[in-house]
Amino acid sequence: MPAEVNESLATLSDQLILVTVLLYLGAMICFALDLAFGRARTVVAERRRQLVGAGGPALPEETAEDAGPQPAAWAVRAGSFAVVLTWIAWAGNLAGILTRGIAVDRWPWANMYEFVVAICFAAVTAFLALLIRQPIRFLGAFVTVTAALGLGFAVLFLHVQAGPVMPALHSYWIAIHVTAAIVASGLFILAGVCAILYLIRRDGRPSVLPSRESLERVAHRAIVISFPIWTFAVIAGALWADRAWGRYWGWDPKEVWAFVTWVVYAAYLHARATAGWRGKAAMIVSLVAFGCLLFNLVGVNIFFSGLHSYADVPN
Amino acid sequence: MSAPDDLASAERDEAVRDEAVRDEAAAIEDARQEGTQERARPVGLGPAGWMRWTWRTLTSMRTALILLFLFALGSVPGSIYPQRGVDPSRVAQYFKDNPAQAKWLDRFWLFDVFSSPWFAAIYLLLFISLAGCVFPRALTHLKEIRRRPPAAPRNLLRLPHSEAFEGGLTLAQAAAALRRRRFRVVTGDGWVSAEKGYLRETGNLLFHIALLALLFAIGAGGLFGYRGNVLVVEGDGFSNAVAAYDRFMPGSRVTAESLEPFSFTLKDFQASYVAAGEKQGQPLDYLAKLSVQDSPTAAPRDVDLKVNDPMDVNGTLTYLIGHGYAPTFRVTDGKGQVAYDGPVPCLADDQATYTSECVIKVPDAQPTQLGFLVRFLPTTVPNGNAWVSVFPGAANPTVQVFPFGGDLGLKSGQPQSVYQLDTTNLKPLGTMSAQPTPLNVGETKELADGAGKIQFTGVKEWISLQITYDPGREPALLAAAAAVIGLVLSLTIRRRRVWVRVKDGKVTVGGLTRTEGGGAAFAEEFAQIVTALRGEPPTGDSAGADQGGGEPDGPARAGHVAPDAPTGNAAPGARPDEE
Ligand code: HEM
Repeated sequence: MPAEVNESLATLSDQLILVTVLLYLGAMICFALDLAFGRARTVVAERRRQLVGAGGPALPEETAEDAGPQPAAWAVRAGSFAVVLTWIAWAGNLAGILTRGIAVDRWPWANMYEFVVAICFAAVTAFLALLIRQPIRFLGAFVTVTAALGLGFAVLFLHVQAGPVMPALHSYWIAIHVTAAIVASGLFILAGVCAILYLIRRDGRPSVLPSRESLERVAHRAIVISFPIWTFAVIAGALWADRAWGRYWGWDPKEVWAFVTWVVYAAYLHARATAGWRGKAAMIVSLVAFGCLLFNLVGVNIFFSGLHSYADVPN
Repeated sequence: MSAPDDLASAERDEAVRDEAVRDEAAAIEDARQEGTQERARPVGLGPAGWMRWTWRTLTSMRTALILLFLFALGSVPGSIYPQRGVDPSRVAQYFKDNPAQAKWLDRFWLFDVFSSPWFAAIYLLLFISLAGCVFPRALTHLKEIRRRPPAAPRNLLRLPHSEAFEGGLTLAQAAAALRRRRFRVVTGDGWVSAEKGYLRETGNLLFHIALLALLFAIGAGGLFGYRGNVLVVEGDGFSNAVAAYDRFMPGSRVTAESLEPFSFTLKDFQASYVAAGEKQGQPLDYLAKLSVQDSPTAAPRDVDLKVNDPMDVNGTLTYLIGHGYAPTFRVTDGKGQVAYDGPVPCLADDQATYTSECVIKVPDAQPTQLGFLVRFLPTTVPNGNAWVSVFPGAANPTVQVFPFGGDLGLKSGQPQSVYQLDTTNLKPLGTMSAQPTPLNVGETKELADGAGKIQFTGVKEWISLQITYDPGREPALLAAAAAVIGLVLSLTIRRRRVWVRVKDGKVTVGGLTRTEGGGAAFAEEFAQIVTALRGEPPTGDSAGADQGGGEPDGPARAGHVAPDAPTGNAAPGARPDEE
């Protein structure tokens, strides 16, 4: 059993995560500047990219704004710089995770701190991956601030010293079940950010925010990708429970909330296919599902006692 | 191919041709999914009419949506209140702490949420709704799969994706090009019609049917399977029979004979812990060494039982789920007889130090019955006037013994917990101190009033096991895997149609995706198809897209496509066809 911990690597990991928080904040500021002042250019260029690359919907309400004055050159550069900064922060986040994993010689998502750090990483990864093919730079400020807040929360309230884990977590299932849960959660966060912006955004009014249509599209795409992954994560969890606890499903609080989350996301997909629920109502359903996801992540560990021994929170 | 079907599809294509293609497409989707749900209530239709109405309402999407919400909402109390099926002792505790509230909660089955009638009502309704909506859809889909793609609409340029060009393309060439892209193709008088993406609906049906199968598998497992718990001390054995269990939970179709006849002895149990540092005392690994006989006549084999690694005997699984200390004692009574000699399982009070508590009951002791409360300290260090354990491993094991004499109350017929001493008719022997001097292994304590003596003879460990037989496991896994595959197909594949008309060297191509949200990706595919049809070799992803690049994005683009869009300039992506 690996009980040895490489302390200097563990410390390096903690420092890398701190630096990553700062980098995300920097990227957030640049994205915000771009959003506020670099907009006219962005809109035109992105619309063109949209038409060219994806044949996406035209955004009628924004067209009128296109005629506005050209944005300052520095604001234009802020946008590109923000993307570069986000990639650097992403690399820092990745390095923080890797060094921790190497320091303890196991998969680095076996307690709440490591789990939240990995989810923030997954959310940013999802954003950057979609950004390669889709004009969603407008989301940058919101995604990076979410990641910075998530990491900050993890560092301040969840941090535990790097170390070995409970025997229940010695299993290859951690690589399968938890990894899938992290990837799905990252994408759900992206969708959640879009859904919140969607509700803030009023149709038909000028705004620095993108149109509801594009927000909805990104949210839907993220959920469509993550829902099967989440389904798989829940099933992998059941398989692990079958190895570890002697039953594949036993309504442990975590299981209950994973199931609730799954059902409500399924309800979102159905809501989109049901007349009268499209648009706003469906987005609210997706936010309810997102709330269940977050509650499962944080609330269940705090309020209920269960079998999940990773819920290792400092008290 | 039946006539009404063709009529229906002709009507649909007629509608698609309409100016408001987009709204119409949405309406078609609605009609498809909502079915006849929005129908008025049947007034005076008689029982048959009412039943039809009820069935339609039950199997509509909206009802399914509401039932899904209820399903989610209904399972929430199961995480808030302790559940009998999960942890009966916490339920008992709840009854002790809030008797009045607990009584009310129990009336609503809130301690048995997942086996309650109202929870069953929700999921049965949901699954009837599911079956009622999936099976008719499966039949329709079977017909659809065999049907040929519908004839081309008259004016292809009004479709969400369209393109016109001059060229020498023949119908046969167009059909071949589309077949190469694995479209299903039919040709008519001057047109080619192609369709693709049937797997989407197949996947969707597979998913929903897999959910039904999953429910059956879980139900069958509950009926024909069983689960039991047992505690075994080092050196002791177990053989798989109902009477050997401490707690046995059979499904209603389980008989005593259906238990797999294996047996084992626990030779040794080892736990290792982090020795130093911030995480000192955290468990690292557990290992139980068993000697197992798969059947009474089989030769014994050695098995290492670990967490996450159950032992499998012909589908009956044995899991290591807990452990603790079982110090051994020899009690000699006032008449000099050995009245007790053996291990006593203790329950850990504190996981970090494994300070444990145990109870010894000696009903055979003379002249009075004896009872002992024992505190077991695995790694003892003095702490002022007291002694504490500082580590869960047994590095310096001692026991603190609190002796009682009198009536143990075992004759009253009331069931007693082996971990509790009923002291109503017992009195302490000698003066009771909160911190009696601990005994080391081998040491003996003389009891006051000539009641005898107790010797701490050694330390063993116990393990708790769960033994499960669930014939529904594998079917449930298969169903779950099918569900994921179906889900991926249903969420990633787009159903799409492409038509080509050729007239006097003028080629028009129109395309339509019937899947919401698929528009952007289809635009790319459509552009590639057009490029291919023009006889140019496709040039990767952005091939046809370049043509749209030069298109000025004016407000006019957003609203509609002019029917006579200039040749070659109709940007493939100019028309949003997704909502
Ligand atoms: C156990 C609960 C259920 C779950 C988890 C579930 C899940 C799903 C999912 C993930 C989709 C794909 C949605 C999409 O294509 O965007 C879907 C589609 C669909 N479901 Fe369900 N479903 C459930 C119950 C039901 C029930 C009870 C009905 C019938 C009343 C139903 C009818 C449909 C229909 C008609 C579609 C197709 C929608 C479309 O084509 O876009 N589902 N379901």
